[in-house]
Amino acid sequence: MNKRFSAILIPIISVLIALAISTIIILLIGKNPLTAYSALIRGSFGSKQAIADTIIKTTPLILTGLAVGFGFRAGVFNIGAEGQMVMGALIAAAFAGNFGFLPPIIAIPLTILIAMAVGAGYAAIAGFLKAKTGAHEVVTTIMLNWIATYFASYMVTGPLKVGSGTPKSPEIANSAQLPILMKVGAIEVSAGIIIAVVAAIFMYILLNKSTTGYEIKAVGFNPYAAEYGGISVSKNIILAMAISGALAGLAGATELMGVHHRFLGELSGGKGFDGISIALIGQNNPIGIIFAALLIGALRTGSNEMQFVGVPKHMVMIIQGIVIFLVAADRIVRTIMIRKKVTK
Amino acid sequence: MRVLEAIFLVFINPLFYKITLTAATPLIFASLGGVYSEITGVVNIALEGIMLMSAFTSVVFTYLSGNVWIGVLMAVISGLAFSWIHAWGSIKWAGNQVVLGTALILIAQGVTGFLMEPIFGKPGQTDFVGKVEELKIPGLSNVPFFGKIFGELSPFVYMAFAAVAFSWWLIYKTKLGLRMRAVGENPEAADTLGINVFGIRYFGVLMSGVWAGLAGAYLSIGEVGHFRELMTGGRGFIALAAMILGKYNPVGAMLASLLFGASSAFANQMQSSSLIHVSATVKPLFDMIPFILTIIVVAGFVGKSRAPKADGVPYEKVS
Repeated sequence: MNKRFSAILIPIISVLIALAISTIIILLIGKNPLTAYSALIRGSFGSKQAIADTIIKTTPLILTGLAVGFGFRAGVFNIGAEGQMVMGALIAAAFAGNFGFLPPIIAIPLTILIAMAVGAGYAAIAGFLKAKTGAHEVVTTIMLNWIATYFASYMVTGPLKVGSGTPKSPEIANSAQLPILMKVGAIEVSAGIIIAVVAAIFMYILLNKSTTGYEIKAVGFNPYAAEYGGISVSKNIILAMAISGALAGLAGATELMGVHHRFLGELSGGKGFDGISIALIGQNNPIGIIFAALLIGALRTGSNEMQFVGVPKHMVMIIQGIVIFLVAADRIVRTIMIRKKVTK
Repeated sequence: MRVLEAIFLVFINPLFYKITLTAATPLIFASLGGVYSEITGVVNIALEGIMLMSAFTSVVFTYLSGNVWIGVLMAVISGLAFSWIHAWGSIKWAGNQVVLGTALILIAQGVTGFLMEPIFGKPGQTDFVGKVEELKIPGLSNVPFFGKIFGELSPFVYMAFAAVAFSWWLIYKTKLGLRMRAVGENPEAADTLGINVFGIRYFGVLMSGVWAGLAGAYLSIGEVGHFRELMTGGRGFIALAAMILGKYNPVGAMLASLLFGASSAFANQMQSSSLIHVSATVKPLFDMIPFILTIIVVAGFVGKSRAPKADGVPYEKVS
């Protein structure tokens, strides 16, 4: 089978199998799958408002998907996009509250840079430990996720706290907020989506047309051969982790500057973990990741509507889990495809 | 000085040691699960998901049957079933084990959250369904200091230590254990010697389901008697860290689990110390302690801890 063709076909068939399994589950709890799925589609694309909401949900997912996907290409498994996103947004929020005196042309890039630098630095801890002591990045990034979560909850109930109710930081300065592209009712779509798409294109070029991209891919493909070829493995592991973290930090920045305008108690809400699914479904290809993020973003938006017809929104997590499982064990899908061909 | 005094008081308080034991128990079970799976060469990130599924299953069956031990049994069976999916994907289909593990965690989070409403009629948290009684050793509770630690403990605590002894014997003193280690180090050579590589790996992963299942049962009906969404709270991953720190050895994993148990017991006791005032604001900083400790320990010692050579590499028979 053509390699490029199967790279697209396997995720699609995996999604179809996952939908088939979830149909059975929905039937088992005595609900109508057609009602559930039409609610899902109505909730994600059924109205202008739904589409705007889907775009907003998709924006950070493109970036966390890129973060994880880039790590995969470099041979590092960054489960820490969650923590890097939280830390990036948190620290950027702490600074951007005081940026009122700066014009947007400086305040916006500066806030983005802070979030990216913090994300990169936080991820580089795991990269550094992997390169220097061999500590597995899966374990360290997960621990860093928990530390980030607790640290954020300390900051928004302590030093950064404003008001009562949901723990939150002060609002960032107006000049640090991303411009609004489109307004549908109370929903504002910010320029974050442009940032995310540009980042995906940039990553595509970085990976496929630059020396850095070549070295990072070489290390990911075969670290021993890369070392033999004169490429520093430990430098590239740290660099790859930092770039991955910078993307996760950027995801935090778009949420902070384009959606909430402040750090809220649960800013990330699992978007870092969704990045893993998205990178896999998009086959680690930046352009594929845009579409995979749109898929997951739409599922997440539509799941609220599905809840109204009596199907818990957790259904979406199950679908997502089955898709990742099938993409990881892609031979299951390949075998099904080959059998189909034979029977035809 | 009050802080030093508070630290001193924590260490001479028997409650600190009791909480250390109870906090270490799920980690001991789960890290043992990791040992079984990984010495045969299968990375098992799914521990967190297996624990969550089993915690939920044990609550469901305790609720339906009214008997906590049926809940425990079903937790083990659910652990077996869920780990079988991991084995199937990673052994038979040679999938990426780390990714399969994260998929299973997501599925476990989804399934447990999804089923809570149809079964218990409300999301978030179930009602109290019953709890495994603590084991009271007659007379012991009157002994000073030690009585406060061992006088009343969950039977799971004793089971965890028995499981460590059993596992050490199985892995280092039996033919099966030798085969498990051989398959994890060099599956090609093991295969040449006529060892069923796939069979041994299935055994390793399924046993990890049994232990992680008990870990999950302890978290729900062993400790609190109900199920709460995402109640494993990262313990599966801490267990993985304990396994690595314990050099993929059951006794080492137990010691590392005790260390993590002690660090959370310490955080817990400092928060309730009357000498220093720990406000709700500062509490999250104390909650960070076990995770920071894990990083320090994994980064500091992992150089000396070597994973089995074939860990994470799917075995493919050359025919």
